[in-house]
Amino acid sequence: MDQSVISARDLDLTFQTKDGPVHALKGVSLDIEKGDFVSFIGPSGCGKTTFLRCIAALEQPTGGSLTVNGLTPEEARRSRAYGYVFQAAGLYPWRTIAGNIKLPLEIMGFSREEREARVNKVLQLVDLEGFGGKYPWQLSGGMQQRASIARALAFDADILLMDEPFGALDEIVRDHLNEQLLALWKRTQKTIGFVTHSIPEAVYLSTKIVVMSPRPGRISDVIESPLPPERPLEIRDSKEFIEVAHRVREGLRAGHSDDD
Amino acid sequence: MHILCTTHTYAYGAWLGKLMKRALPVLTVLAVIVGIWYLGAWRMNMPWALQQAERAEQTLSTGELFKATMNQTRPRVPAPHQVAAELWSVTGEMAIKGRAMSKRSFIYHGWVTLRTTLTGFALGVTLGILGAVAITYSRVSEMSLMPWAIVSQTIPIVALAPMIIVLSNAVGIEGRGVPKAIISAYLCYFPVLVGMVKGLNAPGPQQLDLLKTYNASAAQSFFKLRLPASMPYLFTSLKVAIAAALVGTIVGELPTGAINGLGARILIGDQFGTPLAIWAALIAATCLAGVLVVVIGGLQTVVLRAMGMAR
Repeated sequence: MDQSVISARDLDLTFQTKDGPVHALKGVSLDIEKGDFVSFIGPSGCGKTTFLRCIAALEQPTGGSLTVNGLTPEEARRSRAYGYVFQAAGLYPWRTIAGNIKLPLEIMGFSREEREARVNKVLQLVDLEGFGGKYPWQLSGGMQQRASIARALAFDADILLMDEPFGALDEIVRDHLNEQLLALWKRTQKTIGFVTHSIPEAVYLSTKIVVMSPRPGRISDVIESPLPPERPLEIRDSKEFIEVAHRVREGLRAGHSDDD
Repeated sequence: MHILCTTHTYAYGAWLGKLMKRALPVLTVLAVIVGIWYLGAWRMNMPWALQQAERAEQTLSTGELFKATMNQTRPRVPAPHQVAAELWSVTGEMAIKGRAMSKRSFIYHGWVTLRTTLTGFALGVTLGILGAVAITYSRVSEMSLMPWAIVSQTIPIVALAPMIIVLSNAVGIEGRGVPKAIISAYLCYFPVLVGMVKGLNAPGPQQLDLLKTYNASAAQSFFKLRLPASMPYLFTSLKVAIAAALVGTIVGELPTGAINGLGARILIGDQFGTPLAIWAALIAATCLAGVLVVVIGGLQTVVLRAMGMAR
């Protein structure tokens, strides 16, 4: 517990809009340890994506403190401390899958041999060997999202931030990708921040579940998962799983109680 | 061997079918236009034919009247076959005689117009792209450049063309090539500017955020994201621009006392009262425009396919 990878203290973020200030985040404090798989769950407007974007230095907090690897988020971004996966795969249609994965490597100035080696390695990690020469439109939505995860993994940052990466996919594909993501997390030992609005997904994946509520965006509960590291899909029928899911649901409901 | 032949024939048949499928609508429209054109020629040339018959104290049957409208030397509307014959006499026939580059040949005049069009096009496209880059990256130039670009297109080019010629003469530019190219560029930069502003801004916020997470430089995000993303937009606007460049060149050839180029041929045909020459020049300009647009379209297919953006 000596050094957290991500540490937030009393974080505030207020957007000034025409209809007055909007408190996207208010008094958010959280520590994420190395190797944690942390899910952020909550209704829309609870600030879960905003918090992830603050970690990535894509948003500027208006108050409190936030460190990533002991640095400010801006410094961490410049040192390329994290890979970010968006809800849409966002692959470049004019690049092949391998070309898309090479994009960050080209920007960061990796050598040609190094790029090739890394592309092959991450294609293997996301189970897309042999698809490097295909264009994005030749792949299914799930495969495209896996390619975008490979792209985020290519430069081997210790932190992986994922903003509803499977939100647009159907249930069956989603289950499959969740299983693969867990296996990948185990192999790479990365610290993962994962935004979702699916309770089963959050419970199945995480070592720590952060339940958030809106207006103002804040943390209403942090649940340390009692589930073992080995998690076959069937674990979702176990007593522990159902208990954790229940607690998440309670947390979400409590957050909603002050709604109209 | 037999099987090989069959597949070969089959492939050829499929290719022919595909071609027919694409050519048929175009040919149908062409046939309709030619039909209307014949009707128009018949109707428009009728008064003169009737007048002539009256003078000669003849009465014409419907068939004779029709015939009399189709082969006049100075018709109001020349019939398509007359224009075709005229066009052939100043292109193909001269080429066969080895006089393709004589001053009477449309191949020569077409080349003069084409050369200026391409110069103006290159100039206009360069300006359009540079303007679009400036507008994309600077809010100040967006607010200052864009309104003027729009205003520039509201000025009638016919009014502006003589001024450009006079001004370029005043600053000591010899010949008509440069001012004509400027007029051409003036007409064709605008579609490129508008298309490229849209194209360079095609990447959404998520795409730009992604590059930010890589800590990419401005140059990297331009060459790796904005520029490739703008290619489909670029080619669409190039097709409009090349046609505009040709129109600009022809307009530039009209009021400037030029004697070379298709625009000059139109004007000379008008001055000498030879409608056949005007129509032939018009059709030649149209064909040239068609060829240029098709060339750009082919280039678009090749480039986008090489980029993997055309399926």
